[in-house]
Amino acid sequence: MKGREETRRTALGLVAAAPLAACAGQRGPNAPLRFWAMGREGEVVQRLIPAFEAANPGLRVEVQQLPWSAAHAKLLTAFAGGDLPDLCQVGNTWLPEFAALGALEPLDARVAASAIVRPADGFEGVWRTNTVDGVLCGVPWYVDTRLLFYRRDLLEKAGHGAAPATWAQWLDAMEAVKSLVGKGAWAALLPLNEPEPLLTLALQQSDPLLRDGGGRGNFQSAGFKRALGFYGDIFRRGLAPPSSSTEIGNLYDEFDRGAFCFYVTGPWNLGEFRRRLPAARQDIWMTAPMPGPDGPGAGIAGGASLVVFQGGGRADPAWRLIEHLATFQAQSRFCALTGDLPARRDVWRGAPLASDLEAAAFRDQLTRVRPTPQVPEWERITLEMQLVAEQMVRGGLPVDAATQEMDRRADGLLEKRRWMLAREGKSAT
Amino acid sequence: MRGERAGWFFVAPALAVIGVFFFLPVAAAFVLSLTDFDIYALANPRNLRFVGLGNYGALLGNPLFWQALGNTLYFVAIGVPLSIAASLGAALLLDSRLARFKGLFRTALFAPVVTTLVAVAVIWRYLLHARYGLIDYGLHAIGLPAIDWLGDPHWAMPAIILFAVWKNFGYNMIIFVAGLQTIPEDLYEAARIDGASALRRFWHVTLPGLAPVVLLVSLLTVAGYLQLFAEPYVMTQGGPGQSTVSVLYFMYEQGFKWWNLGTASAVAFLLFVLMLAVTLIQLAVARRRGVL
Amino acid sequence: MKRLWGSLAVNALLIVAGALAIAPLLWMVSVSLMRPGEADSFPPPLVPGEPSLAAYRELFAHQGMGRYFANSLVLACAATVLSLGFNVTAGYAFAKLRFAGRDLIFQLLLGALVIPGQVAMIPLFLMLKGMGLVNNFGGVLIPAAAGVFGIFLVRQYALSIPDELLEAARVDGAGEFRIFRSIVLPVLTPIMVTLATFTFLASWNDFMWPLIVLGDDKLYTLPVALASLSREHVQDAELMMAGAVVTVAPVLVLFVALQRYYIRGLLAGSVKG
Repeated sequence: MKGREETRRTALGLVAAAPLAACAGQRGPNAPLRFWAMGREGEVVQRLIPAFEAANPGLRVEVQQLPWSAAHAKLLTAFAGGDLPDLCQVGNTWLPEFAALGALEPLDARVAASAIVRPADGFEGVWRTNTVDGVLCGVPWYVDTRLLFYRRDLLEKAGHGAAPATWAQWLDAMEAVKSLVGKGAWAALLPLNEPEPLLTLALQQSDPLLRDGGGRGNFQSAGFKRALGFYGDIFRRGLAPPSSSTEIGNLYDEFDRGAFCFYVTGPWNLGEFRRRLPAARQDIWMTAPMPGPDGPGAGIAGGASLVVFQGGGRADPAWRLIEHLATFQAQSRFCALTGDLPARRDVWRGAPLASDLEAAAFRDQLTRVRPTPQVPEWERITLEMQLVAEQMVRGGLPVDAATQEMDRRADGLLEKRRWMLAREGKSAT
Repeated sequence: MRGERAGWFFVAPALAVIGVFFFLPVAAAFVLSLTDFDIYALANPRNLRFVGLGNYGALLGNPLFWQALGNTLYFVAIGVPLSIAASLGAALLLDSRLARFKGLFRTALFAPVVTTLVAVAVIWRYLLHARYGLIDYGLHAIGLPAIDWLGDPHWAMPAIILFAVWKNFGYNMIIFVAGLQTIPEDLYEAARIDGASALRRFWHVTLPGLAPVVLLVSLLTVAGYLQLFAEPYVMTQGGPGQSTVSVLYFMYEQGFKWWNLGTASAVAFLLFVLMLAVTLIQLAVARRRGVL
Repeated sequence: MKRLWGSLAVNALLIVAGALAIAPLLWMVSVSLMRPGEADSFPPPLVPGEPSLAAYRELFAHQGMGRYFANSLVLACAATVLSLGFNVTAGYAFAKLRFAGRDLIFQLLLGALVIPGQVAMIPLFLMLKGMGLVNNFGGVLIPAAAGVFGIFLVRQYALSIPDELLEAARVDGAGEFRIFRSIVLPVLTPIMVTLATFTFLASWNDFMWPLIVLGDDKLYTLPVALASLSREHVQDAELMMAGAVVTVAPVLVLFVALQRYYIRGLLAGSVKG
């Protein structure tokens, strides 16, 4: 005869917790489709859902919006808890990780059979990013890359009518601008905490960034050394400030007053430049594709894809939603609302992108984008690469020593991968 | 039901919970820290390897770990004395015979302690805003240059220290007040008769009398501050330039961003060892000074 | 005369200190009542031009704050009930009941206080995954149902129960449970209020563990929701402050109402006497 009061209290507590625990795994066939999306895209996509639900009676979609900064951790928790959503927006740099986890549903057969989702309609480099170890695991949703934003008035005043198309031309243009603006201003802004400019230059070379099946770093290749050398040269010649983005202050004010002429950045700045620069000053800036060693160069194949997670049992309805979001109408509406660049080329030919002069450079660059090495460790390797590059710029480390250090760090990060490859007899995991 | 068995029945549920949900995971954490549990192992347990002290060695060779450690120690070294000074000062004021409305003041001074950390961290993020924040406006009003608190690598940690002191000083203040009340009044009387000034009374009567309490407060505050996490998580995400990455924030990133659960567990244990060492050092110093 | 100056000085300093302590909280309330975008002006305004509940409306209508509030409330209440259920019996037993290894076990528990909770987090997460307790309230409640601090608190207080009282009852033939229920519980009521206050506040304010365990945004508690909101709506100061008010107001009210109990708990075992 336990103290009744106290037993009742304890029992109540446990009883309260139990059904909540039980609730977790129940998902019947009529349960709504769970779709996780991030940031602004997460907010906007909710407006596209009613049309889908109307066209698919009986199918409901529940969109959960996650902030980008917490999304990666949330997905881990969900994976570990066996609780991944049915479909999800995933940055395409994350695809190799999820593929390595075996979490992604292969989509080759579905895409082959689909009349709406067609790789030929998109950008080849971006579709290649979605293929990991020969298996297609995502459908590009919107695309992204980096290219030059520049002060066309400064460039003209410096004697260069057109945007540079090769490295040599770019270097000349920067030298000309620098002698024009003198001390206290710069030719280019390449923040040392942003790996994308260097990564772009690296992708413009033919040597791969990793070797041995993605088991070792290849930063000591001739191609990368050339890219790193060019990158370092820009700073050595005093054409760009050796600072990180936190030391800049207000980027747009600085650009407006001519503190720098060239800036390597992405599509979100199309909207930002339009919003933050005064209306009268909108004609001072322009975009141009990245110059390459011998002509217009390759770029980073960025953006996000839609993936279907395995194990939910809802792959068919999830695929139907993906197809819906990949239609011309849905893409047009989505991109108009978010300002993201569409993965479908025909959307580019329609309003508003067709008449968007500044966005045209993106369209051109996207035809030349290349995937980065598709190993889960790549994001961390990129961070290390940039840290060493920063040391080279700030501390005067020579190029050979820098590439050696980058390889050393990459090899360290890839050690587990090498072990696994060796164990499987060199066949890809 | 009598005697021994009753005792066991009474403690069994609590011990079961603590044993299963605390001690067991702690032991497991130690084992985990000896493996290279990572994303590959999460996918397939066959990909797990036992690496002995490998994670610990790798951490000790990782510059970011040392940065995190340095940041945390900086936070503790500046934050703890500041916090204790503020608490002691407030306690002296509150305990003074000359103070009025003590209850009201005590409530006001203690209020920040009970507030939700995330909520007040959000408030402070706005107060510290470089352009629209009240703090920089205040600096501007007295002619000092505005500081980009959360954007400047040199000022981000001081901003977090300021915030942490504001949030926590009330807790130690209460303990100090209780401690002050245990110092016998006659000691003060005797000192006054001897002609000692307020400052000397403080130095020769109050402080020695408070010594055990100062030790306790110091132990608690140091232990608490070594576990810095929520402030960087909410206010700065470890930035700018890694200047506010604390040991626990580093652990969180390793474990939940990069999926290196083996490394993350090793970090947690290193933190535990550090806390233990620091506690023992403080106790040794106290023993030497005759406080213990 | 000296006494008057002294009194003025002390009280003035107290006013300044008190003002500094609560100024951010007052500012929080003030901004929450401003119209959207009003706070983002230079010079920063101290009071709203025209108080408006727009931020609160937005919070509850579009950001689902009502649900997060309910989640926090349910969790905090459940945690309090569980904590009382598990810790009170254990605390009393460690104080007054004799059983083999009692003191040794208690010392061991005290030793556990040195270990930071974060050490256990990752394996606990994996363990709960195995038990199916990830991404639901159980995962948040069950590991925290009993805690060393709670047991310590109750034991400290229970030590003061006169042994003669208990002995007399035993001699009369009452069983331990009956003694507990009719004699001990009424005496322990004040410390139970203290424990309940502590537990409620700790659960309401808990951030890191719910962040890790609760994946579904429908289950978010206020701190987690607020952190998530702050990443997305970093420009909307008024909205964020309204969220902060909703999060902080209940605990402040609870604290003010029960400060005596809370402070007693804080001091338990900290200072002799």
